[in-house]
Amino acid sequence: MIVGGSTIVINVNGWNGKQPVYECKTMSAGTEGATQSNRGSLEKRLSKQSLLDQGFFWLTLVMAIGIAAVLAFVIYEIGRSALPAIQTFGLGFLFSTTWDPVQNVYGALPQIYGTLVTSAIALFLAVPIGVGVAVFLTEDFVPGYIRTPISFAIELIVAIPSVVLGLWGIFVFIPFIRPFYQVLNSTLGWIPLFAGVPRGYSLLTLGIILAIMIVPIIISITRGTLLSLPPELRQGAMAMGATRWETIIRVLIPAGLSGIIGSVMLAFGRAMGETMVAAMLVGNSNRISISLMNPGATITSLIASQFGEAGRTQVAALLYSGLVLMVLTLLVNIFAEMIIKKFQNVE
Amino acid sequence: MTYSTITSSTDTLLQVNNVSVYYGSVLALRDVFLDIPKQQVTAFIGPSGCGKSTLLRCFNRMNDLIPGARVEGKISYRGKDLYDSDVDAVEVRRRVGMVFQKPNPFPKSIYDNVAFGARIGNSKENLDELVERSLRSAALWDEVKDKLKASGLSLSGGQQQRLCIARAIAMQPEVILMDEPCSALDPISTLRIEDLMHKLKQQYTIVIVTHNMQQASRVSDMTAFFNAEAAEGGNRFGYLVEYDKTGAIFNSPQQQATQDYVSGRFG
Repeated sequence: MIVGGSTIVINVNGWNGKQPVYECKTMSAGTEGATQSNRGSLEKRLSKQSLLDQGFFWLTLVMAIGIAAVLAFVIYEIGRSALPAIQTFGLGFLFSTTWDPVQNVYGALPQIYGTLVTSAIALFLAVPIGVGVAVFLTEDFVPGYIRTPISFAIELIVAIPSVVLGLWGIFVFIPFIRPFYQVLNSTLGWIPLFAGVPRGYSLLTLGIILAIMIVPIIISITRGTLLSLPPELRQGAMAMGATRWETIIRVLIPAGLSGIIGSVMLAFGRAMGETMVAAMLVGNSNRISISLMNPGATITSLIASQFGEAGRTQVAALLYSGLVLMVLTLLVNIFAEMIIKKFQNVE
Repeated sequence: MTYSTITSSTDTLLQVNNVSVYYGSVLALRDVFLDIPKQQVTAFIGPSGCGKSTLLRCFNRMNDLIPGARVEGKISYRGKDLYDSDVDAVEVRRRVGMVFQKPNPFPKSIYDNVAFGARIGNSKENLDELVERSLRSAALWDEVKDKLKASGLSLSGGQQQRLCIARAIAMQPEVILMDEPCSALDPISTLRIEDLMHKLKQQYTIVIVTHNMQQASRVSDMTAFFNAEAAEGGNRFGYLVEYDKTGAIFNSPQQQATQDYVSGRFG
């Protein structure tokens, strides 16, 4: 076709006979040959590309399998080292409260209890705060120049090394919180949870510090989830005459529930696995106390405080408790997956 | 520029009186006069950026959600200025429902989608009845009556849009605004929704924004043609060119621009 001195070349590349690709180019006359040779080199490049594709596929496959292999190896090694303790104590390990390195009799119930209780306290405090702050940061309650520094500060909490947070807990937080514990004890002491002599190093203190550590996780994932919701949802709800709160509570949070639950479960796993802060603040007392303001122990604090001078059976018992912690975390994750699936089905 | 304000024989429900809309300092729509008759379908047509959606969103104050949006002039609903300081935007939206371009059912069950308005409005009405009646009005009942607990998102695009219409109807509004309700749908779904509009106007006043002129000519009683014009600084603002009975707009428009647009000789 000649249009005003220039040639319009229409290339029909029948890729698979079904989807012809029409390429329209306007160029000066006499360049048709060049177009042909361009096509030749294009095909060569394609084969090089497919080689690269293949290579990339295998590389990523090896990496992915490698990660899984590392996990399997870790579990295997821990299981192997813990085997003497597993054989000696069996499942009774989970229900015994004795931890006696002299007699070599071990049971981890107080530590399992402490791990679950402190993580539960942390979640109880962190979930409402985290979800609330995430909502606050995604809605335009305040202008961006206030929101941005707040988000930044929240991200920075994650950057605090846990040992520093532990020190802060010992020297700043515990002296600060003690009077409040006294008040709590004198007013709500009739509830077993707040009975007894309130102590600074306690399950509650650890729970609160853990809450500080996991709040940013909940905030950032929940915030991401809420931001990723289609704006049509909000508009739809507002157009139905929903107020801002009704929109948030009845539409946005339910729509983002799987992400929110995911963040909570991730935070739960983090709280259960946190070691340094636990060892520094929980009081390391091998007992089950109903009162939250009494000292206790967690699996992580147990391992961290005893590993150094442990004998053979004791090491096996410590690794057994570590295995228990891994299984607990795994159960939490499976549980989270189940919840997320359930809600996604509703969606 | 001339404006032909038609006062039709039927009652006026919404009256647009010298309305201009700004986003921040940018003028989006200028000096519109328009009367929207009760229980009829009014279509807004015109090229992109002509402000027709902007005007539509003034009727239920959805422009409030856009920071910096500002409405000048007066929009009256039953004689009451919608932008009066004592008017609650939430109440306005319960009386003026809206259906969006992209179907946007909530990620809830079909039942909960339709019941949403009644639940937030603390309606004492029997929800089962309301849901059935609304789904019937939206011509969706027969297709979903056996799976009311299924997610609204499991439906096809056309069904989702009818679900959104049912959801709006369930609020028992007086006006239903439709912002290009069929632009994401296939021709068959489009036809069903157009049929639906014919039925709905027995009870509701419908204002529809559409890019599809055939659609406007098929469904509407009144048609407003908007056009866009470049302002100083490169921004474009919209204005109303002509507003008349649909037949007149398509067959004997008064303005050359309207003639050009409806006959496809635009731009």
